[in-house]
Amino acid sequence: METPIEVSGLVKTFGRTRALDGLDLTVRAGEVHGFLGPNGSGKSTTIRVLLGLLRADAGAVRLLGGDPWRDAVALHRRLAYVPGDVTLWPNLSGGEVIDLLGRMRGGLDPKRRAELLESFELDPRKKGRAYSKGNRQKVGLVAALASDVELLILDEPTSGLDPLMEEVFQHWVRRAKRDGRTVLLSSHILAEVEALCDRVTIIRNGRAVESGTLGDLRHLHRTSIEAEVAAPLDGLAELPGVHDLRVDGHRVRFDVDTAALDTALRRLTELGVRSLVSQPPTLEELFLRHYESASAESAPAEAVQ
Amino acid sequence: MSTVTGTRHLLRLILRRDRLLLPLWVLVLAVLPMSYAASFFELLQTDAQRAAYVTGTARNPSIIALLGPLYGDSIGALTAQRSGFLLVIVALASLLTVIRHTRTEEEAGRRELLGSTVLGRHAGLTAALLVTYAADLLLGLLTTAGLIATGLPATGSVAYGLAAGLTGVVFATIGGLAAQLTETAGGGRGIAIAVLGGAFGLRLVGDTAAHDWPSWLSPLGWAARVRAYEGERWWVLALPLAATVLVAAVAYPLSVRRDLGAGLLPPRLGPATAGRALSGPFGLAWRLHRGQILWWSVGFGLLGLILGGAAQAAGRSVEGNPQLEEIMARIGGATGLADAYLGATLSVAGLAATGYGVQAALRMRSEEIAGRAEPLLATGAHRSTWLLSHVLFALLGPVVVLAVTGLAAGLTYGQSVHDVSGQLPRMVGAGLAQVPAAWVLAGLAVLLYGLLPRLASAAWAVLAVCVLLGQLGAVLNLNQWLLDLSPFTHTPQVLRDTWSPTPLYTLPAVALALALAGLTTFHHRDVPTT
Repeated sequence: METPIEVSGLVKTFGRTRALDGLDLTVRAGEVHGFLGPNGSGKSTTIRVLLGLLRADAGAVRLLGGDPWRDAVALHRRLAYVPGDVTLWPNLSGGEVIDLLGRMRGGLDPKRRAELLESFELDPRKKGRAYSKGNRQKVGLVAALASDVELLILDEPTSGLDPLMEEVFQHWVRRAKRDGRTVLLSSHILAEVEALCDRVTIIRNGRAVESGTLGDLRHLHRTSIEAEVAAPLDGLAELPGVHDLRVDGHRVRFDVDTAALDTALRRLTELGVRSLVSQPPTLEELFLRHYESASAESAPAEAVQ
Repeated sequence: MSTVTGTRHLLRLILRRDRLLLPLWVLVLAVLPMSYAASFFELLQTDAQRAAYVTGTARNPSIIALLGPLYGDSIGALTAQRSGFLLVIVALASLLTVIRHTRTEEEAGRRELLGSTVLGRHAGLTAALLVTYAADLLLGLLTTAGLIATGLPATGSVAYGLAAGLTGVVFATIGGLAAQLTETAGGGRGIAIAVLGGAFGLRLVGDTAAHDWPSWLSPLGWAARVRAYEGERWWVLALPLAATVLVAAVAYPLSVRRDLGAGLLPPRLGPATAGRALSGPFGLAWRLHRGQILWWSVGFGLLGLILGGAAQAAGRSVEGNPQLEEIMARIGGATGLADAYLGATLSVAGLAATGYGVQAALRMRSEEIAGRAEPLLATGAHRSTWLLSHVLFALLGPVVVLAVTGLAAGLTYGQSVHDVSGQLPRMVGAGLAQVPAAWVLAGLAVLLYGLLPRLASAAWAVLAVCVLLGQLGAVLNLNQWLLDLSPFTHTPQVLRDTWSPTPLYTLPAVALALALAGLTTFHHRDVPTT
């Protein structure tokens, strides 16, 4: 079976801005692939190149075995796309848009369409202008998930959905995977990516900085701990896996690798814990840490240039 | 906190956003009357020259229909009449400015962002109206100063400047009211422009008919009735003031009673599934354009009925004036005069239909900017098919609209001269003769869209320049090659005895070449280009 998405060394510039700078991305058949990166890192640009909307300046891009720019029309019949901000025609109803997009792709499964409308609690009779942001997003999702296609390209598809609908979305992505479809899911919601994705690619400044299974990326995880202890603090700084330790009298703040969490907490309870706040890393923090280390490595090389 | 708190900040925001557009239209529209006056002084130096212009041109019913009545034979009176069509443009610019800063903002959601700050309920509408009123009054002031500078009497110049400025003020307020009625800026613009069209129609009928009471009902008719330079009637200026107060008194309560983002007419539910026709780019384009084709056809049909009905009266209005009758006999008598009137008014319909074509072509750009083109182009639809689906309506729209105008004019004019079977095809032909020029500008809009998408709306500027060339050409004695740049110069005058059919295929060929170039460039560019 062919590899649905294969990108290597992709470069795309807009004027003087280098939006994509040698990006590599491989999505294997049947997997849900998380595409992570902060705003402006090049996720949407990559997806638009994959859709043949933007023309690559350099690099090799294969989509479903074809050239996304040259074979756009034939390839588009085999995929469905949901943009991060679905905009609708003010005078068309949601149901009309779902049918229109479905027919313009490879066709629509009417039974699945009805199921999707029910589980997303979407009224298809409302006119485009009457939908809220979340409901517009649902129109795009129903149209894509009801389409008979091999590949789903979802660009931050759940922006504006409430937590209940986020659950429904995850259910349907799992079902799509069970049906043998491939999903590229661009997101910056770590929980969503963790719940759904088999493999993940993280991009920064138009370049893939990390790619692998979630297990591979666990080493990026650190939990931040803030505590007040009874006894004066010692013996924490030497522990492996403890970073950024700050001590202010009886108050202590530090970050700790997931692997070293148990040891560090044991040490704290020995000192007598009066209060404790622990926070899993937000995606932004994860990125920041990863990026800080990445830029530290690349900085000397740039300085030489 | 009063209901207008924050108006000052909004004023500054509007002025900042419109720092180029606003001074531009104020300046251009203020300079034109001055240039008319200057060229009249230069061209009509003797009494004989002036008398010839008055009888030959200024009292010609087709000129009166387009520009308005003439109240004397002084240079001032001639200038005031000649500037008549500018009032329509002043009105249009004013109402568009107000809608742009009220309903467009609200529709885009930017109003919500501002509404959460310290902002009174009336601040939005008040700021938009104040800026536009100020622009209109500045325009009046500059017009007055310019006219005095050419040597015209100060009193008449003040009267004309005030009348022009207040015409803008009335229509700015009408725009403010229309912006409250619908949920979309497009709908509001449609209503306000329809009111402007109605006002033009009333004025046209009143000025060419035996009784001029319809002109007194039209805000576009009041400026002329001030009789600048010919025994000013200052009290007439109270009419636009009263109308402004009246319209504002309706608009303000409406703006408070309704919710943010809502219109007066509640949105209706649509079908839960798409009909069979809605399954590709052409089906979608039909849905997006059909409402406009329908309403433009209705409006132009009414206009055609009025024009055709008034033509015979216009032709006979010279009876009893031996001097005029003699001149008119030379161009074909009452029939020739009616034809000249119909030809001139249909050419204005042609300009408006061109605006329709340009706007339909630029629909692609707004679809792209709004992010609605992207998901479609990510389906099995070919780029060219999507583009052609919109181009089809940009080309077809003017054809339908102008055919309807000609048909309606042919019906009523044919009726009045008891020759429906003869006049109907003639008038449909005269309407359709306007199409090739409209296509050229629609083609240009397609090319700009493909090649320089960020500058696509420059097609409007080109249209404006072409219209100005037509308005100014005869007065300023411009070079023929300059006039030839405008496609409207080439539109065949098919109601005359002799005319050349060449432009009927050269202009469409130019249009086709432009549109094809647009298609090719669009094929190779990034979407979206923002």
